[in-house]
Amino acid sequence: MGAEFVQFSLTPILIGTLAAIACALPGNFLILRRQALIGDAISHVVLPGIVVAFLLTGTVAALPMLLGAGAAALLAVVLIEAIRRVGRIEPGAAMGVVFTALFAGGVLLLEQSDTSRVHLDVEHALMGNLETLIWLRAGEGWASLADPVALAHLPPELPRMAVAAALIAALTVIFWRPLKLSTFDEGFARAIGLPVSAIGLGLVITAAVAAVAAFDAVGSIIVIAMFICPPAAARLMTNSLARQVWLSVGFATLSAVLGYVLAGYGPLWLGYANAVSAAGMIATVSGVILGVACLIGPHRRRVGVAAGA
Amino acid sequence: MAGFLDALLLQAGYNAALVAIGAALLGFAAGTAGTFLFLRKRALVSDAVAHATLPGVGLAFIVMVSLGGEGRSLAGLLLGSALSAFAGLWLVEWIARATRLSEDAAIGAVLSVFFGLGVVLLTVIQSLDRGRQAGLEDFLLGSTAGMLLQDALIIAGGGAAVVAVIWALRRPMTLVAFDPGYAAAIGIDTRRVDLAMMALVMAVTVIGLKLVGLILIVALLIIPAVTARFWTDRVERVLWTAGLLGAAAGYVGAALSASAPDMPTGPIIVLIAAGLFALSLLCAPRRGVLAAILARRRFQARVHRRQGLLALTRAEPIHDPVTLRILRREGLIRADGVATDKGRAQAAKIARDERRWDIAREVHQDTSLTGRYDGLTPIEEVFAPDEIADFDARLGPPQPVGG
Amino acid sequence: MTAETLTLAASGGTATPAGLDPSSPLAVRGLTVSYGEKPALFSVDATFPAGAMSAIVGPNGAGKSTFLKAALGLIPAVSGEVRIFGAPLAASRDRIAYVPQRASIDWDFPTTVIDVVLMGRYRKLGLLRRVSKAERATALDALARVGMEGFAERQIGQLSGGQQQRVFLARALAQEADLYLLDEPFAGVDAATEKAIIEVLKSLKEQGKSVIAVHHDLSTVAAYFDHVFLVNVRAMGEGPVARAFTPEALAQTYGGRLAATQLAELALTTG
Repeated sequence: MGAEFVQFSLTPILIGTLAAIACALPGNFLILRRQALIGDAISHVVLPGIVVAFLLTGTVAALPMLLGAGAAALLAVVLIEAIRRVGRIEPGAAMGVVFTALFAGGVLLLEQSDTSRVHLDVEHALMGNLETLIWLRAGEGWASLADPVALAHLPPELPRMAVAAALIAALTVIFWRPLKLSTFDEGFARAIGLPVSAIGLGLVITAAVAAVAAFDAVGSIIVIAMFICPPAAARLMTNSLARQVWLSVGFATLSAVLGYVLAGYGPLWLGYANAVSAAGMIATVSGVILGVACLIGPHRRRVGVAAGA
Repeated sequence: MAGFLDALLLQAGYNAALVAIGAALLGFAAGTAGTFLFLRKRALVSDAVAHATLPGVGLAFIVMVSLGGEGRSLAGLLLGSALSAFAGLWLVEWIARATRLSEDAAIGAVLSVFFGLGVVLLTVIQSLDRGRQAGLEDFLLGSTAGMLLQDALIIAGGGAAVVAVIWALRRPMTLVAFDPGYAAAIGIDTRRVDLAMMALVMAVTVIGLKLVGLILIVALLIIPAVTARFWTDRVERVLWTAGLLGAAAGYVGAALSASAPDMPTGPIIVLIAAGLFALSLLCAPRRGVLAAILARRRFQARVHRRQGLLALTRAEPIHDPVTLRILRREGLIRADGVATDKGRAQAAKIARDERRWDIAREVHQDTSLTGRYDGLTPIEEVFAPDEIADFDARLGPPQPVGG
Repeated sequence: MTAETLTLAASGGTATPAGLDPSSPLAVRGLTVSYGEKPALFSVDATFPAGAMSAIVGPNGAGKSTFLKAALGLIPAVSGEVRIFGAPLAASRDRIAYVPQRASIDWDFPTTVIDVVLMGRYRKLGLLRRVSKAERATALDALARVGMEGFAERQIGQLSGGQQQRVFLARALAQEADLYLLDEPFAGVDAATEKAIIEVLKSLKEQGKSVIAVHHDLSTVAAYFDHVFLVNVRAMGEGPVARAFTPEALAQTYGGRLAATQLAELALTTG
């Protein structure tokens, strides 16, 4: 665990962990609201948002990308609601129509426009480039953490992801009560005057922020997997919402760290020369954790379904 | 443009023609099988199935290479993808059944984890000597470029086979989609029809892998069905309309893609389907956005008009500005809020209908009729003229409006 | 409107309130609610008395729950006015406690009984204030009043239907409101719970609170309630139980859904 680790593994692991946590936090509420697939939809529409932002501004700077992706997520949510209400179409199908159409549009725009000089393609969007977010300047090993010159050359994704994760954690704490109440009992929440629709929209926007911030670094596979797998596994381990959220953060961290290590070092241990996709491996590890929870989680079974259900 | 027309008229070469016909057949099969999923409210299960094909493709390639083969045989890859799609589907159903997680969480978990695993396998393949030219990335978004005759034959043949199966199953399928309880009562094994439909969905997914790609095949299963739903309420019509819409999108999309070979085929086909959907969303009669806006306004006007007239019958002041505006516009009250002759006549009619309803509830101890009172439906639509005459006889002669 | 005021002898027949009574805990006028193009409530007027127990009665699908939800602003109304103690809804949230239908929520949610009761204090707690000893004591006291003090840390999914209803009532008690709105509080609960709930509601009335409940069991209306509001899409009658809860009014409200013998029995109980 010397200088090489700090240079080549520390920053990707940190970025992957922060991305995983940022997605898992809103994922808890999405799952309890039976909206798990909103996360899926959002992570697909991030691509067209980014492409349009690039075509409009001509740069791949962080802010326009974030705004473009956020706008696309919002557009998708509005379209899904409109189709659901006006056409009286069930939400799953409405979602399926919107995100596939937007994603297809994004791919087509991407292929039509000249993005060869910037790092923007579909595979990158899906799989991210976690492995390349290294910290070359950290030649001093752990001591580099105290070296201002080295710190100035941290990959910019790290502070960006840290800010996003901190923002989402803060929002989760601040709006804990309204989120919990409106998820559990929407009618009562409305009756005491909570803006239930705004809370629901806020949750989706927060999920979009997580998806957009994480997507650039780690790709949309991790985003979808982290929205769903750690919170779902945590739900099967406990019957307390607070414990569930903490556990989901733990599982997200475990998936990111273990996934990255297995992807980077696993093949070497098995005698192969090349590492495998870290994003894919992180998603796989989260799936294994969920699988274990499904088999032995103490609260995996349904009990006390409401009368008449 | 000339290239596109050639492709559209099947003049762009044997392969391209086969692919276009295969895409049309595939679109038809996807539209009909997707309608079934949609009516069973399980549209996004197909998303999990589609993403779950990726590790199968990777594993099949690795197995074929390690057995000394070339690894790129489409039939072999599709077999592998079918096996892992089946595993994904089984896991979705198991998680939703055996744990407290809901089906949407199960779908999301399976699709992301299988896809992640598939990506891991793709990177493994890229590190193999023979893996570099595998071209497995084409399975993500679909591609007709460089398609072999053999591949085109698989797509056309597979599409035709799926359409044939759907044709054979069309009666039990529509019955189960429309009313599973009734279908079971007349002796149809709904479980088997469900299984057959899921098998068809898997077949569509697998055949569509090369053409549309696994990320977007779900669109071909969902969009035509939802689009067709905007135009008709009858199950059978939804089914065949969705099939035709899917076929049109597949055919035109494949032709377009043949004339622009560097474009991924999947997004083009999906965007054509989405365009048809957007048109339907806006313009469909009854369910479309424009129709809904108009109907909503008409309905609101009816409620306000009737409420205003009820207020007139009771000599109550009207405060609601919308009510006032509607009554004025229809000449029922004057600008200063006083009822016109016409308004008075209509108010009297409404008051009379309310009294007729009171009598009707006494006479007809029958919920199916009295339950139809909703404040808006004219009494003439519920009761026959002689019945109304009978109510009037009990009411006594019409009373003049005072004032 | 004065010179040519329109009076119609053949008027619709239901009560005609001139304005909305400011002393009433809940008064509505011209309330129309519609699902799609089918009105569930049409131009309904109602005025409930303060300090009394009132029942909302009508056949299935007559719009009883819809009435309560629209009065609380949970579903949009096409038209109509609602006043809570003479004030608009937005200004009266602190004075209303609400007990939703038990079946309307997900009992699989990961939370405990005491957590649910504390939700009744959320308006007072705001976003971040910690739950003080006093707040917790209020919640525990509410649980004790419904006989559930031993269940505070229990997972909600493990409760019986009657216990779930008691927890919902405890949450409403924790709101410390002046008006209690209950949606079918006795639906599917055991006899002991029904008795416990009615005791709590009566004690609320003794404290001068107003209680309004959607109620489906006609045989207990006279025993439990002071005031009754009959609804079947239109308002079909309202008033003190002794005066308004008559066989004639019920026949009007229910159409053919009640047999003559049932009506006779009910007349005896109201007697």
